[in-house]
Formats: sequence, structure tokens, C-alpha cells
Amino acid sequence: MKIMNCPLNGPRNISEFAYGGEVKPTPAPEAPSQDWADYVYYHANQPGILREWWLHVPTSYWFIAERDVTTDRIIATFKPEEVLR
Amino acid sequence: MPLALIKHALGLSRPKRQLPAQKELRSNYDVVIVGGGGHGLAAAYYLAKDWGVTNVAVLEKSWLGGGNTARNTAIVRSNYITPEGVRFYKESMGLFETLSQDLDFNVMYTKRGHLTLAHTDAAMRTMRWRAEVNKHMGVQSELVDDQDVARIEPALNMSRDVRWPILGALHHPVGATARHDAVAWGYAQRAAEMGVEIHQGTEVTGFELSGGKIVSVQTTRGKVGCGKVLQAVAGMSSKVAGMAGVTLPIRTIPLQACVSQPLKPFLDTIIVSGSLHCYIWQSQRGECVMGGAVDPYPLQAPRSTLDFKEGLMAHMLELIPGLADAPLMRQWAGLADMTPDFSPVMGKTSLENHYIDAGWGTWGFKATPVCGKRMAECVATEKVPDILSAFRFDRFKTFDQVGEAGAASVGS
Ligand SMILES: Cc1cc2nc3c(=O)[nH]c(=O)nc-3n(C[C@H](O)[C@H](O)[C@H](O)COP(=O)(O)OP(=O)(O)OC[C@H]3O[C@@H](n4cnc5c(N)ncnc54)[C@H](O)[C@@H]3O)c2cc1C
Repeated sequence: MKIMNCPLNGPRNISEFAYGGEVKPTPAPEAPSQDWADYVYYHANQPGILREWWLHVPTSYWFIAERDVTTDRIIATFKPEEVLR
Repeated sequence: MPLALIKHALGLSRPKRQLPAQKELRSNYDVVIVGGGGHGLAAAYYLAKDWGVTNVAVLEKSWLGGGNTARNTAIVRSNYITPEGVRFYKESMGLFETLSQDLDFNVMYTKRGHLTLAHTDAAMRTMRWRAEVNKHMGVQSELVDDQDVARIEPALNMSRDVRWPILGALHHPVGATARHDAVAWGYAQRAAEMGVEIHQGTEVTGFELSGGKIVSVQTTRGKVGCGKVLQAVAGMSSKVAGMAGVTLPIRTIPLQACVSQPLKPFLDTIIVSGSLHCYIWQSQRGECVMGGAVDPYPLQAPRSTLDFKEGLMAHMLELIPGLADAPLMRQWAGLADMTPDFSPVMGKTSLENHYIDAGWGTWGFKATPVCGKRMAECVATEKVPDILSAFRFDRFKTFDQVGEAGAASVGS
């Protein structure tokens, strides 16, 4: 069983979580649709350590994880407010 | 029957699987193909055969056909859901039909019939939709009810006393399998005979750009100049495109499969259930080849997990309870490059001489011949063939998706 540490609920089985994509700056609501297309569809998707959105499904809690996407090692998890300001 | 087999049977010649000895890399090639999987090798073959372009190097970091080409579950079909997808895969099946003869190399193309099961009214509706699109495009495909399913594949458990009873299916009588390794070997051998150089153990590590073009390719064996570059690296697409500064609409996610011990032949058709996330067919050796959906989150390295087996078997045993006693022999994984609309990405990128063959997700083996042929045409003529235009790499920028999720989500 693979364990992920949810910043709200503590360590839980990875099957309780859903992946939500790479963390990247959100375009302004009125930004051109090209920017929104880039944001929604295009991904760095590179080997190495990435910051990603994850959801703890039972509690609907979104947070950020730093994961090595080559080894599947979860390095750290953060409350979004710790990272985004 | 392939001529080589007859000759072999008569003792006239031995079947060959050797390539010419690997040479030093030359300083320049008209076309450098990155990736020696089925796709790269097929493109090399058609470049030489259809367009007379033979100053071509295929650069493969490990050994040819050793990537996803060696790991897939070998299913070939054309019952997709969008007209663009159906047309594309129909052409591929046409090429598969005569591939053994064309390559004089037995790829063991075997028609088995293909059933995509429906367990809900919503799934029945999708199957009806697919059947209509398929028929419109001239592909054999029929919505059948539960009694027909029982007749077509007696091995299935048709009991209503299960979590998800079988209500009906999309029946695709021409659904087939082919020997995946042989497809790569056949293309490699014929391409090499026409002068294409295949360099195994040669990893591409970077590109040198100048004026919106790739001027040279850096490899673990030195630098080579290039007229054009075609990348066909499946699960490594984002990494390799990234070296050229190109970002793709792709996420790399592992896809797993497994085989049982050989059993007596009991299963004729290829069985897929999108709702239950599993599929199965029985090989000539009697092994049950089984797989499911991609892993729940992206990862850039293949690995096998217990979750996959547990999830797969829970449903598989409902479909075929007798499998409960069958030991598994092997389990493995490959890397699927998933696009948001479950359709591939083919054609030119934003660079002038960079061509891409990517986004093959869980379903790209069946496209090997058509993709190789049409990408070769695209590279040779510098024009995007009609059949590829819907799959252009920047289609998401203009929100022109080719939504295949309904037909490609499981069952390769
Ligand atoms: C478990 C599983 C089951 C599947 N089942 C089916 C199926 O039943 N039907 C179907 O149609 N499809 C199926 N697929 C999908 C199919 O396997 C792939 O879409 C297809 O093999 C892609 O072919 P390719 O030639 O593009 O890639 P590959 O065969 O992966 O070839 C790419 C090559 O590029 C090389 N490479 C990568 N990076 C570099 C570099 N930097 N330099 C040089 N070389 C590099 C790799 O070593 C590799 O050999 C399945 C996939 C998996 C994993």
C-alpha cells in the first residue's frame, strides 16, 4: 500500500487521492483563450521532481504535493496557502 | 502465405532476423528518426519504399522494438467513435491485412472478432453510436444483444446475478491480433535492406536549433546533422520534444498488462469492457492476455503494482469465473502518452523540420502501419496528408479536439 500524507487528514492510502495536474500559474479570467488552452491542455510532463495538485477525495480537500515522477517518491505535501503566496 | 515461410518449408532458405552490422554514425542524414519502435521503423520503411528517401538513420536508445512495441497486448481494430479516428484505423487494418506478404515476414495477423461489452444503458447507447459511425465509414461493426453475445462467445458468464450483467456489445468481427515484435522486426529488416541505418544503443540527448529549425541531433555517440527530424518515442514524447523546446498536450502514465499460464483453447474472441476496465484474449499458446485502464496518476517509469492485478481480477472473474484457478505467469508495464481527447498527435510541430508521432496512449500498436506510411508521406512531401490533418499537434490551441475517449479508454 502506498501512503500519502494529506496536510489536512494525515497519512492515507494513495487510493483515497485523485491527481489534479501540475501546479502552474492560472491565467486571468479575461486572458486570451490561447492562454487558457495552454493552461488546461499543455504540460511540462518532464521526468524529475514536479509540484502537483492532489485531491483527498473523501474530504474534497485540495493540496499540493512535490513528487519525483520518475521514482514515484512523494517528497513533501503542502497546504495550498503555504505554496501559493 | 509469406513467401519466406514457403521457401523455409521447402528448405530453400532460412528465415532471417538479422540486421546489417551497425556502422559508425555518419555526420549527416536527410532524415533522423528518434525512436526505433514499431512506429519509427515503419516510417523508415515507407520513407525508403514509397519515397526513395534512404539517407535515413533510426536512433534507438536501447534495442529496436523494445519499448511499448514489445509490451503491448497486440490488439488491432478500427471500431472507433469519431469519423476521423475510424477512417484512420480502417486504413491501418487494410495495411495489416497484407503486411506479412508486403514485408515477406510473418506478422501473424489473426482475425478473432472483438466484443466491446455494455453493462449499462449508457454504454449500450455509446455502442449504437459507434456502430452507426463505423458502418457509415465502411467498417464492420454491429450492436448485438445479450443472446448474441452468448452465441458469439460462449465462454462469457451471462448470468444476471452479478454486479454488472452483460446487456449487449459492439461486435467487430474483423477485430484481430498481430505479433507485435514481428511487426517491428519486419519493418526494420526491410528498411535496412533499402539502405536505412538502424542504430541501437544510441540515445538522443539534445537538439541544436537555429532559425526555427533543428540543425543537429546530439546523441550518446556524438552529434549528427539532420535535414529533418521525426520523433516517435511514445512514452518519452514530452521529454524528447522538450529538448527541442516544444511542449505537448501529453501526460505520461503507466499502463499494465499480464498473462496467465497456457490454458486449453476456450476463448475465441477479444473481450473488452470499458465499464469494468478490463480486456482479455487467448493467444495461440493458450495464454490469456489481460489488461486494464492506465494507472490512476502520471509516472515516467514503468512498474507493476498489486492494485492493478486486484482491480483487474475483481471484474475479470465476474466475466470468466473459471479463470480463478489460472496462475499468472508475468506482469509488466509500459508508458502510455495520454492526450486530453484520447487521440494521437501527428504531423509538423512549431519547428520547421520537426515532425511528431506521439500521443499514442494505450492504443497505438494498431496504428503502426498507417502512421508509418502517412508520417513518411508527411516528412517526404512536407505536406500533411488529409488523413492526418485532424490530429495536428496544435489542435488544442483552437479547441478542435477529436474526442475518442468513448472508444479508446480501455481495451487498447
Ligand atoms: C501494456 C500495454 C498494452 C498495450 N496494448 C495495446 C493494444 O492491444 N493495441 C494497441 O493498438 N496498442 C496497445 N498499446 C499501445 C502501444 O504499445 C503503443 O502505442 C505503441 O507501441 C507505440 O509505438 P511506438 O513505436 O511509438 O513506441 P515504442 O515502441 O515505445 O518505441 C519508442 C522507442 O523510442 C525509444 N526512445 C525513447 N527515448 C529515446 C531517446 N531519447 N533516444 C532514442 N530513442 C529513444 C524507446 O527506447 C523506444 O524503443 C499498449 C501499450 C501498453 C504499455
